[in-house]
Amino acid sequence: MKYTEEHEWLRVEDDGVVIGITEHATEQLGDIVFVELPEVGTTVTKDEEIAVIESVKAASDILAPIDGEIIEVNEALTGNPALANEDAIGAGWFIKIEPSDPSQMDDYMDEAGYKKFIA
Amino acid sequence: MSELLETPLHDLHVRLGAKMVPFAGYSMPVQYPLGVMKEHVHTREKAGLFDVSHMGQVKVTGDGAAVALERLIPVDIEGLGVDRQRYGMFTNDKGGIMDDLMLANRGDHIFVVVNAACKDADIAHMKAHLEPEVTVNPITDRALLALQGPASEAVLSALDPKAATMRFMDVTTLTLLGFECWVSRSGYTGEDGYEISVANENAEALALALLDHDDVEAIGLGARDSLRLEGGLCLYGHDIDTTTSPAEGALTWAIQKVRRTDGARAGGYPGADIIFAQMAQGVARKRVGLLPEGRAPMREGVALFATLEGGDPIGAITSGGFGPTVGGPVAMGMIAAEHTTLGTTVYGELRGKRLPLTVTELPFTPANFKR
Repeated sequence: MKYTEEHEWLRVEDDGVVIGITEHATEQLGDIVFVELPEVGTTVTKDEEIAVIESVKAASDILAPIDGEIIEVNEALTGNPALANEDAIGAGWFIKIEPSDPSQMDDYMDEAGYKKFIA
Repeated sequence: MSELLETPLHDLHVRLGAKMVPFAGYSMPVQYPLGVMKEHVHTREKAGLFDVSHMGQVKVTGDGAAVALERLIPVDIEGLGVDRQRYGMFTNDKGGIMDDLMLANRGDHIFVVVNAACKDADIAHMKAHLEPEVTVNPITDRALLALQGPASEAVLSALDPKAATMRFMDVTTLTLLGFECWVSRSGYTGEDGYEISVANENAEALALALLDHDDVEAIGLGARDSLRLEGGLCLYGHDIDTTTSPAEGALTWAIQKVRRTDGARAGGYPGADIIFAQMAQGVARKRVGLLPEGRAPMREGVALFATLEGGDPIGAITSGGFGPTVGGPVAMGMIAAEHTTLGTTVYGELRGKRLPLTVTELPFTPANFKR
């Protein structure tokens, strides 16, 4: 797993990179009540706004951590945004990207680095 | 930034694990470990304990205190029965609302509860206009707790059975754990419940005794806001302010007949002529309930339009968010009067897109008062 300073996690799977937000982020946001995800097939560029989440407190943007094409989105999450609070790194995943430049992930923190970052 | 004030329950909030935030000059709990959503639902289903000690408590004492207050407040205070409470507001010369408040007739004085952010101005306003004829005494040695939700009666009457005999908007003095408490059967969540004024030094002991009950959880300002929003209740400084009149705020129900145009004690408060004219001729804009059709919450400041494309804004959302009991987004807004018919569709501009909302009757969740 890789982690961004924007509190996203990235997990490499056979056919793409799964992206979500960390448990630390969901704790800070509080109860998540709305998630808007991009459409499958969209080409995204690193740091582009690709999703919106709203908690009971406020709205936040999710930025694309890498370039690529959206190949899957978590429809279950848009139907039940609380999944992000309940299981941030599992059932609460956001999107899957087919990266166009996997080396972009090298810049991100590993778990130990992220733990230090949020400490 | 100046030092934040603390309520007598500050240490308890911290011990309970609350997330403290600045609010109206005080350090206040926005949520406890339970979280806003569960705190909200718990209050609607059982009972929640809120620290509202930041609010202003004021005793107005002297013969004719009720009549004197009627010079500042457009409601029937003289006709308020002993140990009864009523909602009201201070108006300004333009008919705008300086603050909204609760008034109780305690026989030898009128007990006034005002918003935290406005309390210094409210006290100065009352002193300037009412003294020396009557005495305006800010009460700074008492905390204010709100116990809200359907289990409140059972919880409070275990400490003093007299609590169960009170009806909605009754006020009395109860003895809770041996402490003299000034209690009203009211609140600001749309639920049955009580507000309890207790001496600062006894506030924590009383709070702990109430929290000791299985049905009671500590509830923060986050859930207080979503509860009052679902309850269709105004948040001063957001839904209403000095630029909105009682008619624009859809609060003319609070102005009893006796204070209206043909009433025995018509007018005599700031802005009365403007308010009368608005009540007779209607207003150009009005506060309404708005139910977003989609799942996206629409918050304060979102511009509202009559059509999906083009045109000028017809108003804006004044409070909005997610309503846990409704199970979706809810909002209130101030919009042009021609769009206020129930069922009208208006559009809120969110992240560059216009999304539909329906003008909806308030409250969003049925009031659960013990009348």
